[in-house]
Amino acid sequence: MSTVKAKHQRLVLVVLALVAIVLAGLFAAYALRNQANYFYLPEQMSANPPEVGQAVRLGGMVQAGSLEWLEDGVTVAFVVTGNEEASVPVQYSGILPDLFVEGSGVVAEGSLQTDGTFLASNLLAKHDENYVPRELEGLHANDAAQQAAETVSYSE
Amino acid sequence: MHGYANPTRFLSLASWLTPLLLVSGAVLTIGALAWGLLVVSPDRLMGETVRILFIHVPSAWLGMGGWSGIAISSAALLIWKHPLAAIAARAIAVPGMVFTAICLATGSIWGRPTWGTWWVWDGRLTSMLVLLFLYAGYIALAQASARDGGSIKIPAIFGIVGAINIPIINRSVVWWNSLHQPPSLTAGKSAIDGEFLVPLLIAVIGFSLLFGGVVLMRMRTLIAEMQVEARLRRRALADDGPQNQPIQRRRVRDA
Repeated sequence: MSTVKAKHQRLVLVVLALVAIVLAGLFAAYALRNQANYFYLPEQMSANPPEVGQAVRLGGMVQAGSLEWLEDGVTVAFVVTGNEEASVPVQYSGILPDLFVEGSGVVAEGSLQTDGTFLASNLLAKHDENYVPRELEGLHANDAAQQAAETVSYSE
Repeated sequence: MHGYANPTRFLSLASWLTPLLLVSGAVLTIGALAWGLLVVSPDRLMGETVRILFIHVPSAWLGMGGWSGIAISSAALLIWKHPLAAIAARAIAVPGMVFTAICLATGSIWGRPTWGTWWVWDGRLTSMLVLLFLYAGYIALAQASARDGGSIKIPAIFGIVGAINIPIINRSVVWWNSLHQPPSLTAGKSAIDGEFLVPLLIAVIGFSLLFGGVVLMRMRTLIAEMQVEARLRRRALADDGPQNQPIQRRRVRDA
């Protein structure tokens, strides 16, 4: 009888310890919510702009149709958008990653300039969660158009 | 379930389950990797580098699953004092750490052409690296307590506390902005096309069976080591010449 009791007591203690650990982890993760972000989204950057010249990362989507080469031939300019309306113009001189295209994700390392442009010193391409073979690329484009239509009607 | 906590019953079960898991796991793994590395067509954006998926994802799954196993065994050890639970946790730790390292290495190799960098300190990558260090700490702790006769409760507590990292790894790409993409496989939904998904799932099953076989093998080895040690100790006590005792014990420890 006493062994059963001891067993139950240990079970309760371990469960209590587990609950405490999980709660502690969740609190820590909650407190880290803003600090543990790898980059700012454009809306976060415009709502709470970092100081001019401060090294930060900006992440989001390369707006379709915004990509252009400047006259010096090595600098590329584009606009990064997030989940909301805010967008940030970016300039970068250097080698572009292979996956860097309009409409895909990007993380730019650099700093905000006085005119509101983000001057990037390094670009990282962000891959999304979709894995599609080349043969099905056309199908994917249809899906994407459909998704875009759904998103537009959702946001309105 | 409780019946298999008995080492004798466990050994008779493991003696035929181990080769079964190893052979079926090897067949599925080789088949899935040959399919994934040679047959499937390249990804629309990543091209050939997509093939790393078939090693990276099963390794990540086993790295996290391994620690979950350690945590469950540790809880069973603390609550029910199962004699096999501590052995199971020790047996899981090394293969779990190996797969975590494979996950980090393949992810890094994939990241260079895809993202343009070998490594970044984002939430997912950092929490996975923490898991690797947790494994290293657990192995050192469990080894020390087994060798020097310390309390086996200490590594068990470490195993349970370290489990908090598992949901953090899983949620890191959802809670925080990260360079690593959000989960492709969520409950009932896949952002991975069927052509990649089928060999990937077979690879996950194959890697898991292999992992189970390796863990059973290591458990049998650990049990055999403990039996040898106990037998030698008994013999040394019964022996007329007590000067032999330290030599014999040291030999076992070196093994």
